[in-house]
Amino acid sequence: MATYTLISSNILSSSAASVTFSAIPATYTDLVLRCSSRDTQASVTDYYLNLNFNGDTATNYSITSIYNFGSAAASDRWTSQTNGYIYQDNSATATANTFANIEIYIPSYTVSQNKPYSSFGAPESNVANLSTRSVSAVAGLWRNTAAITSIVIAPPTSSFVSGSSFYLYGISNA
Amino acid sequence: MATTYDKIASTTLGSASSSITFSSIAATYTDLRVTFVGASTGGANLRLQLNADTGTNYSKTNLYGRGATADSARSTNFGPIYIADDGITSTPHFYAIDLFSYAGSTYKTFLWEGSEDNNGSGSVVRGVGLWRNTAAITSVILYDNGNTFNSGTTATLYGIKAA
Repeated sequence: MATYTLISSNILSSSAASVTFSAIPATYTDLVLRCSSRDTQASVTDYYLNLNFNGDTATNYSITSIYNFGSAAASDRWTSQTNGYIYQDNSATATANTFANIEIYIPSYTVSQNKPYSSFGAPESNVANLSTRSVSAVAGLWRNTAAITSIVIAPPTSSFVSGSSFYLYGISNA
Repeated sequence: MATTYDKIASTTLGSASSSITFSSIAATYTDLRVTFVGASTGGANLRLQLNADTGTNYSKTNLYGRGATADSARSTNFGPIYIADDGITSTPHFYAIDLFSYAGSTYKTFLWEGSEDNNGSGSVVRGVGLWRNTAAITSVILYDNGNTFNSGTTATLYGIKAA
């Protein structure tokens, strides 16, 4: 069995409010979601994304992050949220044709335990703006013991632009 | 097409243990990746030891975020280093460690990520490390000095091949 396998991909040919991966098989050990994305969030160079597992909208999500805020480093924490967060996507005022690179790693996604996840985002777009977050890492937690069978990633109040791409891989340690 | 990303070994603890060891690692890959996801009711801190070297041959620099603070820490001439920023809790924490050119004859560098959110506490970590030893890495030990990792904790060693 291959160790690192493409489960599904979605390359947007038009704008979309969200991207969904459903019917994720339980045949792997870990999941990796790789995104090259940009959204239409107005008046900012970069913005966060929402992450949802199994359609769960209860307050079972939390994150701790670290990111640059212009030239400084900062951290924030969100507890008991109705979805997880991913930092950070390119948005409307980012340099044209720039897309954020984001990797999300979800280990042991079928194991009956709460699910940690890790993400790293790079929406660098050559903008000298002290409010940009060009590099950010997130430690996320979904407090649910169910196997993950679906993932939805979405800008909270805008849409992904055409050309954004999303690849979901399964990693097997069998 | 040649396989470039192979599982070498995987361990899921059947009972609480203070360590997980991968030994007799062949020199047939270019890089190694170790993943760890597990809990600890005793607050274990994950440490990394290579080739059973307990000398002060390790150093590391890491960034961490703890919600209200973002900072950096450095340890030099240290023993087996702490990968964790925060003690593992009953909530599973996740770590991934990438060891580059592990079979080469230069000092060994590695990167890691740690995801330690506990819904109200915990950290996010990104680190770089150095092991000042020219030997090929043949064993990797993930351990804690005094506490144990819970049953069900899983660690996997992957080999990544450039050739």
